Amino acid sequence: MSNPLVDMQKPDVIFCIGTNMTECHPVAATGLKKAVARGAKLIVADPRRIGLAEMSDLYLPLRVGSDTALLLGMAHVIAREGLIDETFVKDRTTGFDDFFEHISQWTPEWAESITEVPAKDIETAALWYGTANRGAIYYTLGITEHICGVENVQSLCNLALMTGNIGREGTGINPMRGQNNIQGAGDSGALPNNYPGFQAVTDPEYQAKFEAAYGKAVDLEKGITKVTALELCGDSIHAMLIDGENTLLSDPDREHCEHALRALEHLVVIDIFLTETAELADVVLPATAWGETDGICTNTERRVQRLRAAVPPPGDAKPDWWIISQIAQRLGFKGFDYNTPEPIFNELCELSPIYAGLDWERVDKGATDIFNNQWPVPHKAHPGTPRLHEETFVNGRGIFSNVHYRDPAETISDDFPVWLTTGRRLQSYHTRTQTGRSEGIEYLLSEESLEVNPTDIEEWNLTDGEWCKMSSARGSITIKVKSTNRSPRGTVFASFSFADVPVNLLTGSGYDPITHTAELKVCPVRLEPL
Amino acid sequence: MKHKMEIDGVEVAFSEGETILEVAQCHQTEIPTLCYDPRLEPFGGCRLCIVELEGARNPVASCTTEATPGMVVRTATDTIEAYRKTLLEMVISENREVDVSPLRGYASGELTDLRDRYGLNDTRITGATSGISKTDENPFILRDYELCISCYRCVRVCAEQEGDHAINVMNRGFHTQITTEFDGLLKDSACTFCGQCIQTCPTGALGDKKALRHAASELQIPSTEPDIEKTRTICPYCGVGCSVDILTKNEKIVGIHPAMDGPANEGALCVKGQFAYDFVQHSDRLTTPLVRGDDGELHEATWEAALDRAAEGYRKVHAEHGRHSIYGIASGRAPSEAAYLMQKFIRAGFGTNYIDNCSRA
Repeated sequence: MSNPLVDMQKPDVIFCIGTNMTECHPVAATGLKKAVARGAKLIVADPRRIGLAEMSDLYLPLRVGSDTALLLGMAHVIAREGLIDETFVKDRTTGFDDFFEHISQWTPEWAESITEVPAKDIETAALWYGTANRGAIYYTLGITEHICGVENVQSLCNLALMTGNIGREGTGINPMRGQNNIQGAGDSGALPNNYPGFQAVTDPEYQAKFEAAYGKAVDLEKGITKVTALELCGDSIHAMLIDGENTLLSDPDREHCEHALRALEHLVVIDIFLTETAELADVVLPATAWGETDGICTNTERRVQRLRAAVPPPGDAKPDWWIISQIAQRLGFKGFDYNTPEPIFNELCELSPIYAGLDWERVDKGATDIFNNQWPVPHKAHPGTPRLHEETFVNGRGIFSNVHYRDPAETISDDFPVWLTTGRRLQSYHTRTQTGRSEGIEYLLSEESLEVNPTDIEEWNLTDGEWCKMSSARGSITIKVKSTNRSPRGTVFASFSFADVPVNLLTGSGYDPITHTAELKVCPVRLEPL
Repeated sequence: MKHKMEIDGVEVAFSEGETILEVAQCHQTEIPTLCYDPRLEPFGGCRLCIVELEGARNPVASCTTEATPGMVVRTATDTIEAYRKTLLEMVISENREVDVSPLRGYASGELTDLRDRYGLNDTRITGATSGISKTDENPFILRDYELCISCYRCVRVCAEQEGDHAINVMNRGFHTQITTEFDGLLKDSACTFCGQCIQTCPTGALGDKKALRHAASELQIPSTEPDIEKTRTICPYCGVGCSVDILTKNEKIVGIHPAMDGPANEGALCVKGQFAYDFVQHSDRLTTPLVRGDDGELHEATWEAALDRAAEGYRKVHAEHGRHSIYGIASGRAPSEAAYLMQKFIRAGFGTNYIDNCSRA
């Protein structure tokens, strides 16, 4: 997030797109609710009539996968109506003239033809956001889990740059991160393109720095992403180490994924449960869980915080860092003789300019009146950075991107005439390895069901509460039908949380070519009564 | 702009917009309250925070009265303390009981503490008790309204903090009752089971049913057992990073309290963070390493054997297929030290960038 969570209470206009925040980030959503109660206008773009849509002032029910078209249409209106922040564009950005010319063709009427959102509503959204003193954008995987995820994000950046809605209180471009330490995993360098602290592996300066730090020359080119690695299993990838991920259930195209992991000669999984993924491993190593592990994590607003152990682990379970260190030592790797997590985190801080002012002791003290511990924290006396891009952009100027709309990887056809979109629910988390083992949760959510519009149920000869067969180009599953107006005509929804309804058998039609994020939000399917 | 006023004979500074209660709290002058939660709009319902204001005929509620320059306030005169004592006696007389388990909620001991502070152990006022407890099958929120004192903190926290407006007030005066739309179950209301109402309730009328159930069945903790340890950490679910206190007793997790000073959540949690914690000590947890045997099955093994096997596998694949045949996937759920060492394992060990985390799905 460019802005801190506390800023969520401060915008005049809030634009939420592809985020089911009241279910997936409920506590963050309380900030938005406060802003709305105070009088802020809420625009919500989502194919489904989710909770946020119900509380919105303007709801844009776009067709799944048409976000870029909607955002181009909005940019067109903002430019046409002269709502450009000229000073900001001149002082802080580059490429506006080309962009201005580019968007002249993408009228709201054109956007309507793609998104199915009325042109006048696209205009209203653009006018509200374009005239806001403080306009803030919030998004989640509804933007990124598409083959055009990068273009979607660039389109949002375009809107913020042309209106100067970045680098100030109550504005910004704010992606909400989905896992407790997914930000920290990226910060720590668990990426094929970046060393710790987002230092590019292709930059000679950082290559030299890490060769010196690790005493080992590392490839000068980027590594491959997890998606590519899974595709190459059995071909050129023959061993994996997976820490705490139920890859089999969380990733698209389960059959392909299972086939890939089975093709490995050697698979080691570190986890707290014998997950579906761990069951395929050659060696399963039991890790300590949350509440049993001392460590550091980073939240969606880049705040670095302390995790503390409260109870001893069961049996012989050990912390992840200990397990990895032990394997490394047995392989003769240097620099893995750690006895506590503290020096590991301090090493990360020493090597990462964004963490340079942090260390274990400072994070242990928590946020204070002086230190907020939100990275970048460039030196010891620095309090941290709640708001990014206030004076300048890291790379100099904000760049306008002349994006084009692209159809999803697969579009509906006679064989697969219904759009399936997937996501999460308030009461369950990912593949339910945790919430599925928490007593009481089943009272609120005991099974998965497919959300279908009542009229579609009738038209497709389905029955509310009965099972149906849902098929995509990759496979079929059976799932219970649930009648709800949350789903628009022609689009159905299910979560991937329940192992007995493996929705990710169906997904995996395509991937963003740059990020390799799967298009989990769009999958044409066929529904048949059972 | 700082102004000056006097509290209990001491000149103090304050900023415009601050209430007398807030100014007093800033200067370590404790004024008793029951309906007050610093996160909520001032309410002025319980009247315990009354103070004497020079020039005013009657005492004023310090939580709803804004400080003005030159104000002279006395917070604990004999008269004020006598009023408070009587008010408390009346409140207590309407309740079935005052001593409740600290597991009911973060603030559930507030009334008990005030009773003890004012030494009100002998009941002077007797009479009917108010509030009718609601049978609600839900596994999380106890609705024991016989302990309700109509402070409306639950109603206000649900509306002002959570923004859900799931609960409201029915009837007036002695017959006041906290309820949902159509007086039904929480499950059929707008309630999301975030637990904020439980945590702000000053009497335990709304309580953490799950914590009480676990404490009673597994740990046999007496209902008023105070000896619960708290450990401050961050919630294990989404990326918001809410601060929580894990409540433990005899090395068992018995509940979760939101951290009222958590920078990301300011006392808020959701149903997962509040109630979905018992996966940690679930019997399905892996407790020992497993190694696949010649029979194709996973078998329990010692750490030595399992780690040797793990390392041997990489050594073999490395020797046969080269360093670009090994790939690491770090967790977005484990601490940063784990992710950092995963990438170091791959980079410092094999000299490749064949490392990723689980953010692409």
